[in-house]
Amino acid sequence: MKDVILEYIKNEYLDEEEAEDMKLDENTPLISSGIVDSFSMVSLKRFLERKYSVSLPDDEATPQAFDTVSNIIVLVNKHRKGA
Amino acid sequence: MYPSAVQDAYRAELASIRDKGIFKEERYIHSPQAADIRVEFPSGAELKQVINLCSNNYLGLSSHPEVVAAAHRALDERGYGMSSVRFICGTQDLHRELERKLTEFLGTEDTILFPSCMDANAGVFEAVLNDQDVMIADRLVHASIVDGMRLCKAMQDTYKHTDMKHLEQKLQEHQDKRGRLIITDGVFSMDGDVAPLDQICALADKYNAMVFIDDSHATGFMGRTGRGVHEHCGVFGRIDIITTTLGKALGGASGGCVSGRKEIVELCRQRARPYLFSNAVPPPIAGAALKVLEILNKTTERRDKLEANTKFWRQALPEAGFVIKEGDSPIVPIMLFNAKLSQDISRDLYQEGIYVIGFFFPVVAAGQARIRTQMSAGHDIPMLKRAVEALKKVGGKYGILGLDKKGIIEKYGQ
Repeated sequence: MKDVILEYIKNEYLDEEEAEDMKLDENTPLISSGIVDSFSMVSLKRFLERKYSVSLPDDEATPQAFDTVSNIIVLVNKHRKGA
Repeated sequence: MYPSAVQDAYRAELASIRDKGIFKEERYIHSPQAADIRVEFPSGAELKQVINLCSNNYLGLSSHPEVVAAAHRALDERGYGMSSVRFICGTQDLHRELERKLTEFLGTEDTILFPSCMDANAGVFEAVLNDQDVMIADRLVHASIVDGMRLCKAMQDTYKHTDMKHLEQKLQEHQDKRGRLIITDGVFSMDGDVAPLDQICALADKYNAMVFIDDSHATGFMGRTGRGVHEHCGVFGRIDIITTTLGKALGGASGGCVSGRKEIVELCRQRARPYLFSNAVPPPIAGAALKVLEILNKTTERRDKLEANTKFWRQALPEAGFVIKEGDSPIVPIMLFNAKLSQDISRDLYQEGIYVIGFFFPVVAAGQARIRTQMSAGHDIPMLKRAVEALKKVGGKYGILGLDKKGIIEKYGQ
């Protein structure tokens, strides 16, 4: 799951130059570093919901919950288990 | 009742804003808005005459005698205020006349005035889109568009800044929706670059999408006759929704509008909440804005002068050793990359008689701190030459002249 999400983030949020320069891993801050802002976060949320057949409630899809890929995996797994 | 716990929390928030160095302070201008102004800053300090490089007074019309006289005339003939929203008893002939003239100027089918362009952007999406539609916005659109989109039930999506491949991908993804609206600024306010509207319109045609632009930083001067970025990009008449402001080039007082397809404008008149629940711009503003359009229809002299000033400035800054963002618009950011450096340099420039503001995260992306300079038809070349000399002096003090992005970041960090 980690690699799939990282790949999506690279394609969706970084331009080519940034994608080459930046080392992105599961602990890289996404929101607090400005790579993803709250405005463009919706497409990531939709991607996760489609890809992993989950529904992420808006009150849990917070900037904190989306700040690293590790956090995102925790959130997605929580809802997968519940499903 | 003002609970002390709440008061303490507010105080802590304010202190945190101050600590982060992002506390905004007003500077008091003791003269009419112009290229050359008298400023009190900080509060209580002696007045200082400075060259203004940070206003949106692109055409120098904010204090133009004919515009001021037109405002006086409207004040005398139609009074001060309306004391009503538009659809009760708050619409004068002047308001409808201004809507008609804006429609002609922008090359659209109809126009509706709003108290500001912020209000136009807050109201338009909710009025014309529903949950069967999708809004696909450039990621650097103005904050008021983001707010307006959030008030709307349509699905939201974004594409990388001016990245047409990414936009196309998103349009393909959303072919199942009833309507697709591509949303962009005409000129982007922080970078000064121009949306590739010709390519956007081509994609819109290919994928059956509508196009929205906020042309606030373009109306009056972009394009050969100043109609906006749609004229600049050769797609005049093809934009479905234009929002723009009277608060920048068009006299600079206040007011905005939605202009475009007549059904869309009509729906705004029925449903857009900022239109329904607030008063129209007052008669002096409507009268003065009509005069502004009359001036712009008569001659392109002012936008031509602005273009010449912009050309001079865009050439002079790199020659002086600064890194700027390339583009065609009168918004010319001097890139400094480091937030503190942008603050220090703008403060020193003020002492040298140049009024500019440093911008940094979160207003612009992290590591992209800058001083945004804006040209006006009110500037003249000798004035701009003085500004370049002051910039060189301050830039030299900080040792950044001739350094590229890498060099500045090595010296000051990002």
